[in-house]
Amino acid sequence: MLTKLSHDIATLSRRRWLAATAGLVLGLAAFSNAKAADDTIKVGVLHSLSGTMAISETTLKDTILFLIDEQNKKGGVLGKKLEAVVVDPASNWPLFAEKARELITKDKVAVVFGCWTSVSRKSVLPVFKELNNILFYPVQYEGEESERNVFYTGAAPNQQAIPAVDYLMKDEKVKRWVLAGTDYVYPRTTNKILEAYLKSKGVKQEDIMINYTPFGHSDWQTIVADIKKFGSAGKKTAVVSTINGDANVPFYKELGNQGIKATDIPVVAFSVGEEELAGIDTKPLLGHLAAWNYFQSIKSPENDKFIKAWQAYTKNPKRVTNDPMEAHVIGFEMWVKAVEKVKSTDPDKVIDALPGIEAKNLTGGTSKMLPNHHITKPVFIGEIKANGQFDVVWKTPGLVAGDAWSKELEGSKDLIGDWVGKKCGNYNTKTNKCGGQGS
Amino acid sequence: MPPPSPHSCRGRIVSANFLDRLRAVLLAILLTAAFAVPALAGPFEDAIAKFANDDFSDTDEAIGAVAVSGNPLAFPIISALQEGRLSADPDTRKVFVTGSDGKIIDAATGAAVDKLPDNAAAVRLNNRLRRAVEAALGGLTLLSPDPAKRIAAAQSVFKSHEESALATIDSALAKETNKTAKAAFAEARAAILLYKSDATEIEKLEAIAVVKARGDQEAMALLTGLGSDVPPNVARAAASAIASIQSNLAMWSMVQNAWYGLSLGSVLLLAAIGLAITFGVMGVINMAHGEMVMLGAYTTFVVQEVIRTRYPGLFDYSLLIAVPLAFLVAGAIGVLIERGIIRFLYGRPLETLLATWGLSLVLQQAVRTMFGPTNREVGNPSWMSGAFELGQITITYNRLWILCFTLAVFVILLAMLRYTALGLEMRAVTQNRRMAASMGIATSRVDALTFGLGSGIAGIAGVALSQIDNVSPNLGQSYIIDSFMVVVFGGVGNLWGTLVGAFTLGIANKFLEPVAGAVLGKIAILVLIILFIQKRPRGLFALKGRAVEA
Repeated sequence: MLTKLSHDIATLSRRRWLAATAGLVLGLAAFSNAKAADDTIKVGVLHSLSGTMAISETTLKDTILFLIDEQNKKGGVLGKKLEAVVVDPASNWPLFAEKARELITKDKVAVVFGCWTSVSRKSVLPVFKELNNILFYPVQYEGEESERNVFYTGAAPNQQAIPAVDYLMKDEKVKRWVLAGTDYVYPRTTNKILEAYLKSKGVKQEDIMINYTPFGHSDWQTIVADIKKFGSAGKKTAVVSTINGDANVPFYKELGNQGIKATDIPVVAFSVGEEELAGIDTKPLLGHLAAWNYFQSIKSPENDKFIKAWQAYTKNPKRVTNDPMEAHVIGFEMWVKAVEKVKSTDPDKVIDALPGIEAKNLTGGTSKMLPNHHITKPVFIGEIKANGQFDVVWKTPGLVAGDAWSKELEGSKDLIGDWVGKKCGNYNTKTNKCGGQGS
Repeated sequence: MPPPSPHSCRGRIVSANFLDRLRAVLLAILLTAAFAVPALAGPFEDAIAKFANDDFSDTDEAIGAVAVSGNPLAFPIISALQEGRLSADPDTRKVFVTGSDGKIIDAATGAAVDKLPDNAAAVRLNNRLRRAVEAALGGLTLLSPDPAKRIAAAQSVFKSHEESALATIDSALAKETNKTAKAAFAEARAAILLYKSDATEIEKLEAIAVVKARGDQEAMALLTGLGSDVPPNVARAAASAIASIQSNLAMWSMVQNAWYGLSLGSVLLLAAIGLAITFGVMGVINMAHGEMVMLGAYTTFVVQEVIRTRYPGLFDYSLLIAVPLAFLVAGAIGVLIERGIIRFLYGRPLETLLATWGLSLVLQQAVRTMFGPTNREVGNPSWMSGAFELGQITITYNRLWILCFTLAVFVILLAMLRYTALGLEMRAVTQNRRMAASMGIATSRVDALTFGLGSGIAGIAGVALSQIDNVSPNLGQSYIIDSFMVVVFGGVGNLWGTLVGAFTLGIANKFLEPVAGAVLGKIAILVLIILFIQKRPRGLFALKGRAVEA
């Protein structure tokens, strides 16, 4: 316990130059005696347990531990038990790469489940390519990427943002749009895609307002007042929020206090789930929306079973579940199936086996891994209820296949990812060449 | 249909005189009223049954049908729907209203029911339906005896400008005595006329004048939404009204920016004021200052948890209870830190910086281990929720209270330093430690108490900040930079400097934000401060004299 605590503290302090060295030493010391017997398969867990992203990522670490526990109860994989190797990249992007390297070279993990922010994923990419391992990435992201070593179980923009905008356009008859986001790559790319999509649907430039705020922005008075003003132009207005992390609570509090009701200006969020709402009084937020591929409130036998087992595992009857957790559930099952199919944990074999593998998702459908390393998912629009859960008001008729490359953007509309036939992540269908624009 | 209908009555009493006939008709109406409810399937009952379909468009139709049915149950049903008290049994297709007093009635018949069937579920709404419900309720409560309800109803009609409400509005307007309600009705009437296709040009011009007089954003929304298919005179009047409202709103937006600046300044001041003591007065570079704020916020959370589980009636007082507790918790930890770490590091600013930084991480992780990494919910007491309108700006109560609270803390602190024995000792020790010691002041005790005071005030700040920000282990981090900025900008060692510095930065930030955006605005502020510090390294209010060298 003491080593663990001091290790946590040490890795946490790596943001500062002095403690960095101490952290590395302690970190190595903590894990050097983590050698295990050869009859286990090691699974790397690369989620921040300290720092700003701990709020979201800690749950995902618990999810993988839970899934491994369940799998081991069923006898493990290939007759071997699974063993989790948990590291803490401490919300520090370069540290993600270091820790990934440590997991693969030192701990010899067969697969890694991890990352939340896009910048952390970009930071570990070269490591996974160089050392040829597998990363399952469970969070909705901006797309424009398809890598051989990465499997994207979260939503691509066409599995979350576009259907949400469609819903608002058709059902709420929204004519004017505020695209509000935190200032980093995911909101910027998503908003670029959305802007192009809205314009293709005939929305004029003056009816789109784009607004970026720094991470952890807490004073929303001006922006909320601006939204109110923008919304009083006589046309139905909605806010599409890619605001991330901690900034959401003060944003929603300000909305509630300034009396912006969902019936006047609905806010549809792509990064607000059950976990984020746990910190807010949701009564003033009744009716604001979120678009996800999973909600805890969805009734299905799989979901009921999962929630029960999860709450029993965490010994907390109120513990909520959310969308990235479901992505890990699907990704984990796909990996297990692929390993069992090729009877090996060799990354090359598993990577080739994964496309085409199907796994039940928790909302009653079956998701499939596609050749572009994205999966098929249903899309749900939920309204916030007074109890902090979501009420599904709309869903796509079937499962939506994830597009690695957005069809809305000029630079990527001809690209596809195909690791089965073309063996290429950015195949240009116009020039029939691999390695078009982007990377 | 109910059995004793006027027609069948008239059939039997065809030869009776007029009085008899009248009496019969009256009786029939009374009976209709009395028996309409338990009647067999009729349009009203059909509409009610649609609530059980759990289909948004069916619910929409049901709301419309119930709203115009004229049935006395319409209002309780629709208001129950709005508040989530309307439930339906999908098997028997029966619909029930749970009154706000807990009594349950069958929505179709009005008969009392003992308990809800097991599989009855609340009728679900989405935003479109919520708007329909609001509009329906607006129509139903226009004649409510409660003036507040009438005003709310008139405002919802203003927004929906539903033509069907015009007759009711006219009759309500005629007998309205309440001044505010009368104005609201007049505005609602104007909104309807403005959008009514067969209203005369004069009516429309009058309506524009009324809407223009209202002069707020909603009025502008109404006018801009008018479209182009109106007579040229009306279009011109609308355009000029929009222009005048716009210039009025532009003026108000300056006031609004100033208010937002004050409010941001008060948050900055609150966060920085404790640091003004530990850093400004004592000279300790305390990187763990933000964590003291966080501890105050978590104290508020714990207080609210206890109140929620044990004494729910006290919830509105939770913050008042939390303030002294947060002061004690953060202050005690501050004294411990001073005694345990900082007193060995006086005069070594770099080591102090590193030690307190490390300490801040220890405290964060300790809280993360104890309370978990996720946000904790700290509720707003009722007196801190919502907002009121002042002219054309919205002032939220929580910001207003935080501003008052900050000023109160500032005044109390100032008075304490000036008029109490401890304050005198503090000033003596910081101005000349050795002389103070020679005069018999226990300097190390004063150091501990001063640091405790600074930390305690940071804890109090945490109580207030829990009302507008996340209560998470990272809470303090987001304030530490801002706090140092304020103290350095205002002038180290001067509380007034901190006050002026905080409000200057707050207001500058809020006037820059609409122009430059939140990200650039913040960068601009930092650049300005760097330039300012180049020019005046000691900040706005530099201390002069011997104390500077001490």
